Amino acid sequence: MSDRILVDAKNTFCPGPLMELISNMKMAEVGDELELLSTDEGSAADIPEWVNKVGHEIVDSFTEEEVLHIVVKKIK
Amino acid sequence: MSEKINVMLTTENMEQLQMAAMVASVGAVSGNDVSVFLSMNALKYFVKGNDHKAPVEGEMGNVMLEKKVPPFLELFEQAAELGDAKIYPCSMAMDMLEVKSEDLFDYIGEPMGLTKFLSDVNQGQVWSF
Repeated sequence: MSDRILVDAKNTFCPGPLMELISNMKMAEVGDELELLSTDEGSAADIPEWVNKVGHEIVDSFTEEEVLHIVVKKIK
Repeated sequence: MSEKINVMLTTENMEQLQMAAMVASVGAVSGNDVSVFLSMNALKYFVKGNDHKAPVEGEMGNVMLEKKVPPFLELFEQAAELGDAKIYPCSMAMDMLEVKSEDLFDYIGEPMGLTKFLSDVNQGQVWSF
């Protein structure tokens, strides 16, 4: 079973959350899931856009206590 | 689909540097082939050990500094390291400032002349800041 990697990008602004996701993504293994935490509202649209463009997969997305959680699976 | 994105950076102003850094970094990590050409007043920020503070143009610059957005230099470094963007210092600007390649940050590529940059940007988008 793969690990889920927590990427806490709360209180950073565009493109901080995306960059933090990507730097963690580089170190992850194919099949790993990364859970990004963001308080930047643009992330809700931008992160899935990037994930779809480069060919990874959104596993889950939800907001909890005003923090956006996006779970991404590394596909390649 | 991968595209060629060329950024010509000449400003010394914070908001413009920030926007250019965002275009370069997000463009590069999204699988595009990004080249940045550094010239005029932009080059000095890429000299190791410099303590230049980019002047803000307006309200947005102050708000961005207050809210601690990712600094433009950090974004350019990420563009190069995470997205494989190529960042070229203009050879004319280097001559003017009397800086050598080894004076610039390690992620900066070899100096390029305008003629070469113009021939490279023959195809693809050009963004100018």
